[in-house]
Amino acid sequence: MLWACILLPQLALDSVLRGRDDADQPLVLLTGPTNRRVLQAVNPAARALGLRAGQSLTTAQALAQGFATVEHDPAATERQQQLLAAWAYRFSSQVSLHYPRALLLEVQSSLGLFGPWPKFEARLRAELQALGFSHRIVLASNPVAARMLANAHDGLAASDEQSTRAALAAMPIDRLGLPVEAATAFKRMGLRQLDQVLALPRQTLARRFAAEVQLHLDRLLGLRAMALDCYLPPDRFEARLELNFDVESNQALLFPLRRMIDDLAAFLAGRDAGVQRFSLFLEHAEGADSLLQIGLLAAERDAGRLLELARGRLEQLSLRAAVRNLRLVAEELPAFVPLAGELFSARAQQQQGWEQLRERLRARLGDEAVRSVGVVADHRPECAWRSAEVAAASVACPAPRPGWLLEQPRALPLEGLRLLAGPERIESGWWDGGDVRRDYYLVETIAGQRGWAYRQLGEPRDGPLWLQGWFA
Amino acid sequence: MGAVLSLDGLLDTRRVWKGRPVVEDHGLQPTGHAALDAVLPGGGWPAAALSELLLAEEGAGELQLLWPSLARLSSAGERVVLVAPPFIPYPPAWQAAGVDLRWLSVIEADSQQSLWAAEQCLRSGSCAAVLCWPQRADDRALRRLQVAAETGQALAFACRDHSAALNPSPAALRIAIDTRPAQWRVLKCRGGLAPSRPVSASGHAG
Repeated sequence: MLWACILLPQLALDSVLRGRDDADQPLVLLTGPTNRRVLQAVNPAARALGLRAGQSLTTAQALAQGFATVEHDPAATERQQQLLAAWAYRFSSQVSLHYPRALLLEVQSSLGLFGPWPKFEARLRAELQALGFSHRIVLASNPVAARMLANAHDGLAASDEQSTRAALAAMPIDRLGLPVEAATAFKRMGLRQLDQVLALPRQTLARRFAAEVQLHLDRLLGLRAMALDCYLPPDRFEARLELNFDVESNQALLFPLRRMIDDLAAFLAGRDAGVQRFSLFLEHAEGADSLLQIGLLAAERDAGRLLELARGRLEQLSLRAAVRNLRLVAEELPAFVPLAGELFSARAQQQQGWEQLRERLRARLGDEAVRSVGVVADHRPECAWRSAEVAAASVACPAPRPGWLLEQPRALPLEGLRLLAGPERIESGWWDGGDVRRDYYLVETIAGQRGWAYRQLGEPRDGPLWLQGWFA
Repeated sequence: MGAVLSLDGLLDTRRVWKGRPVVEDHGLQPTGHAALDAVLPGGGWPAAALSELLLAEEGAGELQLLWPSLARLSSAGERVVLVAPPFIPYPPAWQAAGVDLRWLSVIEADSQQSLWAAEQCLRSGSCAAVLCWPQRADDRALRRLQVAAETGQALAFACRDHSAALNPSPAALRIAIDTRPAQWRVLKCRGGLAPSRPVSASGHAG
């Protein structure tokens, strides 16, 4: 098996930064008791001001001013790590959060789908970049080696045991995750790299050091397996974003909303699910939350579309008070069925089926509103069609027939009328009471329309013509 | 100095029109009339857009213009919907023109509901072509049809009276149908200059 380790060196800082749209402003994370505030992490802009992690807040304030401070929240960091696990679950069925600030993925079985490794790695990096997390990725033949190699490497791909061992052999002894006293003891013995330690006889090592040192070394080399608990994705999605300041306008909510929907899309892709309905809660400083329900016709998971929909709803909403926090909850996650696209037809496949559309139309316009047109083998024009639920077979027609038929024939004044063809006699229907004896003419009106008109048999030749259809 | 506005912000809220929208390729939709195809910028109907047919009189030749397209779509198994047609489509003639009646649907609706029905059909994406006869359609209603046609990637045809030619319209293509002489005049076509010479309506002897 091959294991990839994605190390997130500044997870806490990134999880704060990605919720803010002013990433290039100096920002520090604070931790520690009230009487001794310490800088937990600083972003590059703050580092440029001379601030370093580990400084006390008073020192920092003496050195520089104008930097933003955010309280370090371990729970929020943990949530971000859960989200990343959900994201990684898309690429591998074995994702482990065994080590803090690191994801372990079994990737050998995923290479067939996403591989080869350089391509796979590039994709992981691109998606992490888009999600806003800085990262280091290392590939090794066992999870412990992958994690420890990530301490010193980025982009290393040791794809078999020999190269993993070779890479480990050159690792400094204090970066291998050994117990601190063991690492110090090795250094004092003059052993700086792992290969020097491995050159020692096993028995002497076992005699001098605690059992866990030998165990760790064996796991590192893949001689003994380590049981990892794998990540199981939850059945619902919930994300909450604290804005840290009051937002009064809908526009300003769009940036955090985009982040949350990106997270939702990453989660859905991992579960191979879609979302048909989700709720956006806008939490106010006081009073009940404003609720925005967003529903879709079909399950969807494309971040752009989801954002478009949510944005449409959000823009209509008038905020009754400033918004302090955003919460997004998606309870139902139905399976996602992608639209089947055709290679040559550029027309998108049906988003809403005809049956569904017909039901909608019938519900509003009445049951009889949607019809097909059927043909009846009858010479009388008014009998030759019927509206039907389902259309019938074809009937050959001898002479040209008009495309439009008037519901009731109407009298056509004779002035300016030109007879183009006819008469064509249609005489039928004596058996069912609808007796018809007519001479049909193809006529052209003064305006240039061409119609189909008839004169009842027996009417005088200068009598009116009855228009029955248009050759449109 | 006025307030400084961010360009991205303006574009995001869609208050600025960027000119020359990206024409998406939805495939060729030939009209079936070679002379007309030759003058239209896309080589046919603007795909996923509204086309307006302006008729001099009722029954003035819109079917001659549309039948080849409707026949092509329906025989490919794509649905054609007539929303509240002013007359009854006479099946023998439609069949003679090559339209597969199994894929032809007629929706009866009054003038208020017909726009709604046309929009629903267009938006659904399950109809290839939707014909409607809006009577008192204002600019807003036509724009809705145009947007719906884009969403559902369908051909929308609105048959209106000649007098509407004077008013501006959001339709991607406007063709006036004359009867004397029988010709089609392209008044507006998106993506190109409207040809100055009319196209003779073929197959309309008279």
